[in-house]
Amino acid sequence: MPLSLLIQKLSEGLLVSIAIFTLTLIFSLPLGLLVAFGRMAKNPILRNIVKFYISIMRGTPLMLQLMVVYFGPYYIFGIRLSHGYRFIAAIIGFVLNYAAYFAEIYRGGIESMPLGQYEAAKLLGYSKTQTFFRIILPQVIKRILPAVTNEVITLVKDTSLAFVISVMEMFALAKAIAAAQTNMMPFIVAGVFYYIFNYVVAFASEALEKRFSYYQ
Amino acid sequence: MKILEIKHLSKSFDGLTVLKDISLSVEEGQVIGIIGPSGSGKSTLLRCATMLETMDSGELIYLGEHAVTTGDNGQAVYAPPAKLQEIQRYFGLVFQNFNLFPHFSVIKNITDALITVQKKDKGEALAIGRELLEKMGLADKENAYPYQLSGGQQQRVSIARALALNPKILFFDEPTSALDPELTGEILKVIRQLAAERMTMVIVTHEMSFARDVADHIIFMNDGVIVEEGPPEIVINNPQNERTRAFLKRFEN
Repeated sequence: MPLSLLIQKLSEGLLVSIAIFTLTLIFSLPLGLLVAFGRMAKNPILRNIVKFYISIMRGTPLMLQLMVVYFGPYYIFGIRLSHGYRFIAAIIGFVLNYAAYFAEIYRGGIESMPLGQYEAAKLLGYSKTQTFFRIILPQVIKRILPAVTNEVITLVKDTSLAFVISVMEMFALAKAIAAAQTNMMPFIVAGVFYYIFNYVVAFASEALEKRFSYYQ
Repeated sequence: MKILEIKHLSKSFDGLTVLKDISLSVEEGQVIGIIGPSGSGKSTLLRCATMLETMDSGELIYLGEHAVTTGDNGQAVYAPPAKLQEIQRYFGLVFQNFNLFPHFSVIKNITDALITVQKKDKGEALAIGRELLEKMGLADKENAYPYQLSGGQQQRVSIARALALNPKILFFDEPTSALDPELTGEILKVIRQLAAERMTMVIVTHEMSFARDVADHIIFMNDGVIVEEGPPEIVINNPQNERTRAFLKRFEN
């Protein structure tokens, strides 16, 4: 297979990888915040349920979680799902997993905020919601950006795990082509693509950090 | 007119009593100085008065409106949240370590609550903010961020921020304690100016000569009780109580 054709084929896979990546972030970043609230809830039942959820998500392989989400509905409930469910299963698996990690990052950021910020806001009459979204969250975002970047970079590479449920993202394609052609080239090209992808992510994150550097 | 009344306030943390049966009242235009050794309960008293800390028993009354009453069982009963929110508008607090919002510019620190909380329009809020900055001698710092200011400047911004909401009474929790000695003067000058304008204030401070100059009533606290109170000429210059005398001796010369 000529290099140009290989690149074209892998680019199609890359689009799927980018779709998994983007959808995962769109859903898991806000969901992570909700999970963080649950984790910090005063209600011990809610707090412990969320704690358990986070510990499962962090304590078992993402690959296994993807398989559970994909095969679970059939093996556990006998529900037959269409072929298109693969992709949805991948997104659900990634979102549930990453939301847990993001939640812990948010929690660390929120808990690191000095009490004085809440007290000043209270004295000025801000409601709890206003305090969180105007005073606390913007400062938390600045604090957690490096940690979030780390996770996002990991996510780029983790999208390759979707191959276990036969989602035709870049890695699955590279593997198939490599097997058919019995050569290494597809893996090397895929590796270069992942690297470029992450280079862009790192660049964007640096730009974002710069945007938040107007104060200390 | 009584701006603030505290009756029989008691507060303990984990069984350790920090305030015992404190009563005081603040008339409009009055400046009260609270002095006493650390751990005497001065700050806790301010925190209870500003509702940052809940009191165990007693009453808290602003302009005749009860924020806290004593229930039948002797425990403090707080007014419903809507009422508390209303009462909250009557007072402001200047913190020891400023607690400015680092991600807001100086002007936004002052105007944001006016716009978000009091729903004033931007132009009006800006006008209030600028006038206060002018008054604080910080007109040129409008667009600076807190980290770019000295401690004294930050504290003046935080005073402006509290004043912007037009409180009936302003509390100061050791407003100069986090500052280098050469910066305390600028804060004391601002507070003096406010006193001259008849702003009602309660000031917890370690600056004895300042308390004597600016306050018209001094409260000396020790071990969670008011040991002695009265005009500064008496409490500071000629204390009657043994504890007060021992405390003030350390501030001589």
